Amino acid sequence: MEKVSTIAGAACPIDQANVNTDQIIPARFLKWTRAMGFGKALFHDLRFAADEREKPDFPLNRPAWRDARIVVAARNFGCGSSREAAVYALYDYGIRCVIAPSFGDIFSGNATQNGLLTAIVTDAEAAEIMATLAARPQTPLTIDLEAQTILCGNRSYAFTIDPVRRMRLLNGWDDIALTERFRDRIAAFKAADRAARPWAVPPATAAP
Amino acid sequence: MSEPQTIIDKLWAAHEILCRDDGESLLWVDRHYVHEGSFHAFARLAERGVTVAEPGLTFAVADHYVPTRAPRRDIANPEIARMVRQVEENTARHGVKLFGLDDPRQGIVHVVGPEQGLTLPGLMIVCGDSHTSTHGALGAYAFGIGASEVAHVLMTQTIWQKKPKRMRVTVSGRTAPGITAKDIALAIIAKIGTDGATGCAVEYAGEAVRALTIEGRLTLCNMSIEAGARLGVVAPDATTFAYLAGRPFAPHGAELDRAVAAWSRLASDSDATFEREVALEGGAIAPTVTWGTSPEDALPIDASVPDPAREPDPDRARYLREALDYMGIAPGAKLTDIAVDRVFIGSCTNARIEDLRAAAAVLGGRASKVPGLVSAGSTPVKQQAEQEGLDRIFRDAGLAWGESGCSMCVGINGDIVAPGERCASTTNRNFRGRQGPGARTHLMSPAMVAAAAVIGHLADVRPLLAGRSV
Repeated sequence: MEKVSTIAGAACPIDQANVNTDQIIPARFLKWTRAMGFGKALFHDLRFAADEREKPDFPLNRPAWRDARIVVAARNFGCGSSREAAVYALYDYGIRCVIAPSFGDIFSGNATQNGLLTAIVTDAEAAEIMATLAARPQTPLTIDLEAQTILCGNRSYAFTIDPVRRMRLLNGWDDIALTERFRDRIAAFKAADRAARPWAVPPATAAP
Repeated sequence: MSEPQTIIDKLWAAHEILCRDDGESLLWVDRHYVHEGSFHAFARLAERGVTVAEPGLTFAVADHYVPTRAPRRDIANPEIARMVRQVEENTARHGVKLFGLDDPRQGIVHVVGPEQGLTLPGLMIVCGDSHTSTHGALGAYAFGIGASEVAHVLMTQTIWQKKPKRMRVTVSGRTAPGITAKDIALAIIAKIGTDGATGCAVEYAGEAVRALTIEGRLTLCNMSIEAGARLGVVAPDATTFAYLAGRPFAPHGAELDRAVAAWSRLASDSDATFEREVALEGGAIAPTVTWGTSPEDALPIDASVPDPAREPDPDRARYLREALDYMGIAPGAKLTDIAVDRVFIGSCTNARIEDLRAAAAVLGGRASKVPGLVSAGSTPVKQQAEQEGLDRIFRDAGLAWGESGCSMCVGINGDIVAPGERCASTTNRNFRGRQGPGARTHLMSPAMVAAAAVIGHLADVRPLLAGRSV
């Protein structure tokens, strides 16, 4: 995974609470492979009408935010289904950071796994950043993960992120490689556990 | 003296292999359920040229994409056929047991696991599906994960997690007749919101929860994710042990006795503390339906939908306007005046045998005013329903009797609600477009869906149950 340090660029406000993963990518696109380009399906039914024409009012369709690197939203962004394609869609579109007052647990875990930063600010700060962007759409944002700051015009905001997630992003850790280092510990746990909880291992064939 | 522990602490401790200095723990996984959607993860294994670490602890189903109304052999849609073929090929390659379309045990993963006795108290269970919280009903620590984590579990049988906050939701007293686990779940979500339990593992407790059957507890725990919870769990008790006895993959004989002794120690210590406590009065819960585009938009059936003009908070007023507009409902309308176009009884939330019986108890001898689909939670549930004659009741009422799968809950098998159509549904999400682009979903219990079918609009099921045995 690529290391994350500083993210700078256009920021698109999506002033809605509870933006769920069905909105981020509708289920009918989940058959796609990553190579097919999930970015095309990002916010599909919010971005496009039934005839596939762009909805001009959706923020990501406005000229200033079309090439956004950052999304700013209200509370509970990414709630709902565990589909990791929601993160793929954001990332493949070019989004590298979502700023919101809170996130769905599974979504923010998936985001960390894929190098997408989820930065937590207060409700009031999210609203203020979105208001700034609404008034001056071209305002670029700069996010510094090391310092945990968001620069928006001449205003600076501190953001929070789970320290474990922060370290993972800063280091670009590969989970599998990390876990492999503990192979002996896992084997020892398994051996002791099989003795302690024999009932936890299912039979190879079901009882009739 | 050791610290008093909650069931969440006990389950966590039993699976913790190690804890890093930064507070993240590596946990052992007892059961990993996979489905057609797990193809991203299998692709990662292929990239690395590795095999599944513990195929004996990994179980697969075909549920998300399988046709529930169209023929299941020679699937007509090539993309859907490919999704089903992929899970067959991936599981065959890695020696993973598949409950596929040819298997009489096939069904929705969160129905199959408990039904087959694969889901047990005291287990750590993960699956690439947010409704994995369902399995907590039996006293398991069960949660949904994303594709990267699915790949990690396939490769290592472990998962990195940070311990969640502990939260207890207590539903005291007895619920009134006609009130189901779905009503309790919707009442909880309405009270705490869709992010009310974010970052938390929830234990459900109290007399009303204890009184639920295992199938009711499965419905309750299933909806935990709709309140943002990582997982929901009910401490195992005599009801749990009776449910498990004789299940195909559950322990038998002396091993079961040993297991029950261990499971009996899982309950939270009486003096254990939770970071958050929420209390509801069971007797105050009415038949509950959703009106909007989030599961937290739930109200008792005798209520009216909100009126944005009366909402002082401008952000909230805007949300109400947009939700009502999408749903095609006038501000302040009475819920019982909302006419439905279609009904759906199915999904991992509410398609077990007790759910089908509850719907049939209302529909027996009556006709549905609208078309609809009934899709049993598993093929064994379907067979059981047919033995009991429930399928006749549904067919005679005018509803389609389908095969088992995720079906119209998520619509990716092609069974969708048409744009603008309104569906009374036993499912778990009323998100915009969830059941198909432009679909309007109202969540409720199976009995309430049956009532909506009979009356033609949202309705209180209780008068329809008068004089009937349920």
